[in-house]
Amino acid sequence: MLLVQYLGLAAVLFCLGVYGVIARKNGVMILMSVELLLNAVNLNLIAFGAAYDTAVGQVFALFVIAIAAVEVGVGLAIVLLIYRNRSTVDFDQIDELRG
Amino acid sequence: MSCGVDGSMTRHPWVIPLTAALASVVILFFGTRLPKRGAELGIASMAMGVALSAWLAVEWITGSGVPAVNQHVWFRYGDVNVDAGTLVDGLTVMMLVLVTVISLLVQIYSTNYMKNDRRYTHFFAILTLFTAAMEWLVMSANTLQMVFGWEVMGLCSFLLIGHWWEEKSNVHAAMKAFLTTRASDMGLVVGVIVLFFAAGQSFDVVELNTLALADGIPHGLLLAGAVALFVAVVGKSAQFPLHTWLPDAMAGPTPMSALIHAATMVVAGVFLLARLFPVFAQAFSIGDIGNDLGGLNPIAVIGSITIVIAALLAFVQHDIKKVLSYSTVSQLGYMVMAFGVGAWTAGAFHLFTHAFLKALLFLGAGSVSHVVHGFDLERDMGGLRKSMPVTHVTFAIGSAALIGIIPLSGFWSKEQITAQAGANGYVLFQVVALVGTFLTAGYMTRCYYLMFWGKHRGSSHPHESPLTITLPCVALAVATLLIGFLEAPALGIGLFSEWVAPAYLPAAEIGDRSTIDLVFVTELLIAAAGVGLAACALTKGFGPRSLAQRSAPARAMYGLLSNRYYLDWLYDRLVVNGIRRGLSWIVHWVDHNLIDNLVDLVGRSAVGTGVLVNRWFDTGVVDRVVNGTGGIAHRSGSALGHVQSGKVQRYAGVMLGTVTFVAVLLTAMR
Repeated sequence: MLLVQYLGLAAVLFCLGVYGVIARKNGVMILMSVELLLNAVNLNLIAFGAAYDTAVGQVFALFVIAIAAVEVGVGLAIVLLIYRNRSTVDFDQIDELRG
Repeated sequence: MSCGVDGSMTRHPWVIPLTAALASVVILFFGTRLPKRGAELGIASMAMGVALSAWLAVEWITGSGVPAVNQHVWFRYGDVNVDAGTLVDGLTVMMLVLVTVISLLVQIYSTNYMKNDRRYTHFFAILTLFTAAMEWLVMSANTLQMVFGWEVMGLCSFLLIGHWWEEKSNVHAAMKAFLTTRASDMGLVVGVIVLFFAAGQSFDVVELNTLALADGIPHGLLLAGAVALFVAVVGKSAQFPLHTWLPDAMAGPTPMSALIHAATMVVAGVFLLARLFPVFAQAFSIGDIGNDLGGLNPIAVIGSITIVIAALLAFVQHDIKKVLSYSTVSQLGYMVMAFGVGAWTAGAFHLFTHAFLKALLFLGAGSVSHVVHGFDLERDMGGLRKSMPVTHVTFAIGSAALIGIIPLSGFWSKEQITAQAGANGYVLFQVVALVGTFLTAGYMTRCYYLMFWGKHRGSSHPHESPLTITLPCVALAVATLLIGFLEAPALGIGLFSEWVAPAYLPAAEIGDRSTIDLVFVTELLIAAAGVGLAACALTKGFGPRSLAQRSAPARAMYGLLSNRYYLDWLYDRLVVNGIRRGLSWIVHWVDHNLIDNLVDLVGRSAVGTGVLVNRWFDTGVVDRVVNGTGGIAHRSGSALGHVQSGKVQRYAGVMLGTVTFVAVLLTAMR
C-alpha cells in the first residue's frame, strides 16, 4: 500500500493550492487553486478509504466533487460580475471591505 | 398509529395543500392565458380547500377524537428514519377551516380590488401558494416539515409586501419583514434540532409532546429548545420587540394584509405555541398541565407587554391600516399571553375568532380606501355611514367584536383568556388583559368614528363598493356574529373545547363556568367604559393630537408613541450601523477601553433612561453617543486598519496561519 506516497502527493498539491490562493492576483487563477485544494483533500479521502478498506472515503470524495462543481459555478459567476463592473479581476485592486 | 376506522379525508388531508400548490404553479406559468387571468383557478382551488376542510371537519367531529397520524419514511440516515406525514387533530381541523375560508373570501375580494393591477396573475399565484404553505404547516406531523411551510410563508409575505416594488419604500418594507422574520426563523431551526436530539432523534410532534408531558426530556435541553422556538414565535407573530415589521408590511395590497393578519403568517407563530404547547409548558413551568400555578414566564410576559404597547401605538396612527395592524399585534399578544398562562383553549379560540374579525376589518378598510382613494383617517375619511351602508355595518360588527361587545365573537374569546388567566393564578396578567380591553375599545372607537361619523373630509364622492367586495365582508360579518357561540360557557356551550382542545389538557381548563361571574361582568363594563370615554372625547374633539397640544405629559407621550418608542430608530442605529461599521470598534473596545467605556456607558444610560420619554433623548444623548462611537471607531480604526485591509488574499493567509498554528498546537498537546 502506497499510503504515504499518496498523502505526500496530496500534501504537495495542497501546498500548490495554498500558494495559488494566497499569491496569485488573477481571480480565475485563485479559483483554480481552490480546485487544487479540494482535489488534494479528495486524494487524501480516497487514499485513506483504500487503506482502511471502506467506501466512505469515496463517498465523501464524490460529495466534495459535486460541491466543488457548484462552488466553481458560483465563483466564476462572481468573478464575471466583478469583471463587468470593474473591468479587472485583479484581486489586489478589489478591497471594498477595507475597514 | 392510525386506526382503520379513520375516514378517507383524515387519512389523506395532504390533498388540500397539494391542490392549492398545484393551482399556484399553474397560475404562475399559464395564468395570463386563462380567461380570468388566473383568478378563477385560485378561487376554485380555495373553494375546493373549503369543501375538503369541511369534509375533514365532519369526519373529525363524528370520529373517535384520537389524533390521526399517517406517516411514511421520508429519508433515513444510519438507523434513524425521518418520517413525513400528516397529523389530524382538533387544532389542525380548526386551522384548516379558518385558513381555507378566509383565503377563499380574500381571493374573491381581490378579483375586484386588484382589478387593474399589472401583476394581477402573479398576485393570485402567490396568494394561493401562501395558503398552501399555511395548510401544509398546520397538518405537519413533524417539526422538520413545519420548517418548510414556515419558510415558504416568509417568502410569500416578502413577495406580497413588495408587490408594488416600483416604490422604494415598499421594497424596504418587504426587506424589513423578510429579514426580521428570517432572523427569528433561525430560532425555529435551532429549536427543532435541539428538540430532535433531546427527544432521542425524533421530529415527531406527537412524540415530542408525549415525551415532554412525561418528563422524558432533560429540562435543560427542553428549555433551550423552547427558548429557541419562542424566538421564532416572537418574530413570526410580531411580538415585542420584533413587532416592527408588521405595521410596515402595510405597504402591500390590502387583501394580502387581511390574509397575513388573519389566516397565515402571523398566526403561524401562535399555531406553533399551540402545537407544541406541552414542550413550552414544561420548559417554562406554565401553570396548567401538572405544574404549579402562577409565577412568571417569558411567554406571558412578552405577550402582555405586546398587548399594551401595541394598543397604545394604535391610538396615534393616522393610517387606517396601521391602526388595524397595531391592533393585530396587540391581539396576537393576547393569544401568546393566553398560552403563557396555560389557557390553551382560550388562546386557540381567540386565534379563531380574531382571524375572522380581523379579516373583516381589513376587507372593510380596503373597501373604504378603494372608494376614497386614501388610507388617512383624518384627511380622507369621515361621514361614510350613509354612502357606504354595507361596509359601515360590517365594519361596525367587526369593530364591536374586536372591542369585545357581547354577543360578538371577540367578547367570548377575550373573556375566556381573562378568566382562565385568573383561574390559573396569574392575576397580574388578568389585569393586563383588562387594560388591553380598555385600550382596544378606545382605539377601535376612534378608528370607527373617524371613518364613518362626522363630516366627509376627503375630496372624493364615496359610493358603496361592488358586490365582489361587499359579499366577503358580509360573509365574514355573519361568521363574526355566530362563531362566538361555539364556546360560550355562560350559556353552557362548549363545542369549541370539545372539538379542538387536545386530550392532554386537564378537564378544569376546558372548564364548566356555566355562570355569569365577576370577570364576565368586568370585561363587559371595561369595554363599555372604553367605548364611552373614547366616544365622548371624539365628539368633543379630544383626539390624541389635540390632547397633546394641551398638556406637556400628553405631548411627551404622543411624541414617544408617534416615534414608535424609537424602536425602529434604535434597531437602525444599533444593529444596522453596528454591523456595518462597528466591528473594528468592538475589537478595540474589548481590548483597550473596556473599563473606561463601561463607566461612560453607565452614565449615559442613566441619563438616557431619565429623559427617554422626551425628545431630548434624540438630540442630547444619542448624538453624543453616536459622536463618541464615531470618535472611538476612528481611533481604533486607524490602529486596527491594517488588519482589515480588504484584501481577500491577506485574509486567506491569516486564516491559513491560524489553522496551521492551531493544528501544530493540538498535535503538540497530544
